[in-house]
Amino acid sequence: MDRRTFQLTGIYGLWALMGAAMATPALIYLLFPPKARKKTDFVEAADLKELTVNAPEEIVFRRDRADGWKITTEKTSAWVVKTAANEAIAFAPSCTHLGCAFHWDERKKEFICPCHTSGFAMDGKVLSGPAPRALDRYQIKVQGTKLMIGEVVKG
Amino acid sequence: MIRQIVDWLEERTGLETAIRSFLYEEIPGSSGWHQVFGSIAAFMFMVQAFTGIMLAFNYAPTPGEAYNSLKYIMAELTGGSLMRGLHHWGASMMIVVVVLHMCQVFLWGAYKKPREATWIIGVVLLLITLAFGLTGYLLPWDNRAYWGTVVTTKIAASAPLIGPYLERLMGSDGSIGVVTFTRFYAAHVLLLPPITLILMALHILLVRKHGVAPAAIETKPPKKFYPGQVYKDTVAIFATFVLLFVLAVSAKVPLERLADPTDTSYIPKPDWYFLFLYELLKYFPGSLEIVGSVILPGLAVLGLFLIPFIDRAKLAQLRHRTVAFAVLGIAAMLWTGLTVQAVVNAPKPLELNTELLDAPPLPWQEMAPAEIAGIGYYRRENCAACHGPGKSAPDLTKPTSHKTAEWMIKYFKAPQEMVPGSAMPPLQLPDSQLNTLAAFLLQLNVKNASVLETTPNFAVDGAILYQKQQCGACHVINGEGQKLGPGLNGIALRRSKAWIVEHFVNPEKMSPDTSMPPYKFKPKDMEAITSFLLALPKV
Repeated sequence: MDRRTFQLTGIYGLWALMGAAMATPALIYLLFPPKARKKTDFVEAADLKELTVNAPEEIVFRRDRADGWKITTEKTSAWVVKTAANEAIAFAPSCTHLGCAFHWDERKKEFICPCHTSGFAMDGKVLSGPAPRALDRYQIKVQGTKLMIGEVVKG
Repeated sequence: MIRQIVDWLEERTGLETAIRSFLYEEIPGSSGWHQVFGSIAAFMFMVQAFTGIMLAFNYAPTPGEAYNSLKYIMAELTGGSLMRGLHHWGASMMIVVVVLHMCQVFLWGAYKKPREATWIIGVVLLLITLAFGLTGYLLPWDNRAYWGTVVTTKIAASAPLIGPYLERLMGSDGSIGVVTFTRFYAAHVLLLPPITLILMALHILLVRKHGVAPAAIETKPPKKFYPGQVYKDTVAIFATFVLLFVLAVSAKVPLERLADPTDTSYIPKPDWYFLFLYELLKYFPGSLEIVGSVILPGLAVLGLFLIPFIDRAKLAQLRHRTVAFAVLGIAAMLWTGLTVQAVVNAPKPLELNTELLDAPPLPWQEMAPAEIAGIGYYRRENCAACHGPGKSAPDLTKPTSHKTAEWMIKYFKAPQEMVPGSAMPPLQLPDSQLNTLAAFLLQLNVKNASVLETTPNFAVDGAILYQKQQCGACHVINGEGQKLGPGLNGIALRRSKAWIVEHFVNPEKMSPDTSMPPYKFKPKDMEAITSFLLALPKV
């Protein structure tokens, strides 16, 4: 290897090395999720006694959410369908297509998204429109007649 | 294929020609390793910009959130502490590199005609580098940042004539808060970086215009910048980068407690490169203060600017530049002397004695204050003279010898009435202390019997005082007590001894609006109770 080739190898090799040494940790820093965070607790959202079977209702409740370096208390909503005396389904309030807020259409008996007219059945299944999958559900627990809502499970 | 793309670009932008003319620039035959520092400085600026942007992606620039978001970056994000490490140590290394670059230019006389403007821009860039350090120092919003900036802004405010305006500009009228913080942040990320870029571009443009400074006597023919000098620059940059990376990975970056304007035990200290200025102030008492804070530093900066106009002699060979060497030597000695002086004279941080707290807590450290006080009465009444395994009186660590508290208190007062023929002398203690002793004896068992011997005297004395003053009516220790006042576990992590002492004497002064009454302890008692409190484990 002559002097010139040696120098050229040195220049491009070392710059590539430094570039990689900066880019790799930077990508990890930007892309990796934060280290172990506490899971969202179940919060009491509704009393099943006050709901009617197969009459979807929008429930608003407060919960704490880990948001970066903060825990924020925020208002959240769920579409709750009481399926039996002590059973219910709680849907996350956003359409699985592009996240618009859907609502229950009492006349058509389906959930309708106003953005691109996706329709969902009472059990969340897609009936029409561009939505790629059934409605997302919250994890729930029923304690007595109290409906406790946890995290959203995707898909 | 690549050739075609390059040609296409060249035809439309002239990029290839531009790069070629930049790389194949002619430089003097004497050029070499001594001229790598400018390139390193430019590289360090790029590293600072890059890591700074990375940090800004997760940093919330307000006093309310800065500290927490920085903690989040360091603890929660993978690679976060590396990013901060690179930015923190990069700042220090940047200053070193810039100063080395200036020293080289100074010694070789590269500032001489026609390169005066290049030098002047260089001095401005040095000042900007220092301004970066100054404004960045506040951004973690910990005690170090807060108190360091308090001192800096006060120095600026003491400047003759412009002082009050400077103070207003820094938003520090009276005290440091959101306004100062926001202005420092804006200066650090919005104002200084583009100015630096523009001046760096001008600086490099001027170097190109006048050519790299030749030696007084050039013996070798001129050569090309690329690849010879580029290779040397790259190797030097790489060495710097490796050093920075090692520092960032291995050396801890300080993040102290959240900024606390009431923490009077904190001793502010500037970053190492400003220490000499800080030390200088000690030599100018009273009204002479501004000599050290403003006039001398101002003259030094003016001197730097004027160097090319003071030394107008023809360029001499390096070995004949004795005056330059002497001037630089004296400056280096002054700087080193003051810095060393500052380090040596630095008052030890008022002992935040956390050693005791780092070890797992000893058995006595987990006991309620009343129980520890009980150990004291057990010792004072010399119970161990008769009680214990194989001694004349019952071993009190055995559960079989336990009676009710009520029985014990009666027995302590008049042993023979409760147990005819008992050899125990009555205890001459007030009821409250007998209560404490009885409560402790009920807790005593074979497992924790060692506390009778191992509990240090200061803890026992402190706990007795704590009991007598009924501190537990407002404070909690190890789960015992009322929550009216702050819990006292792990207080050594939050407060210094001096702070606690001062707080006993004058609670209002240390924490306004406190409902704690003042206490006047004898020196011996003060020592005991503060030592006791400082030894309390974290919960």
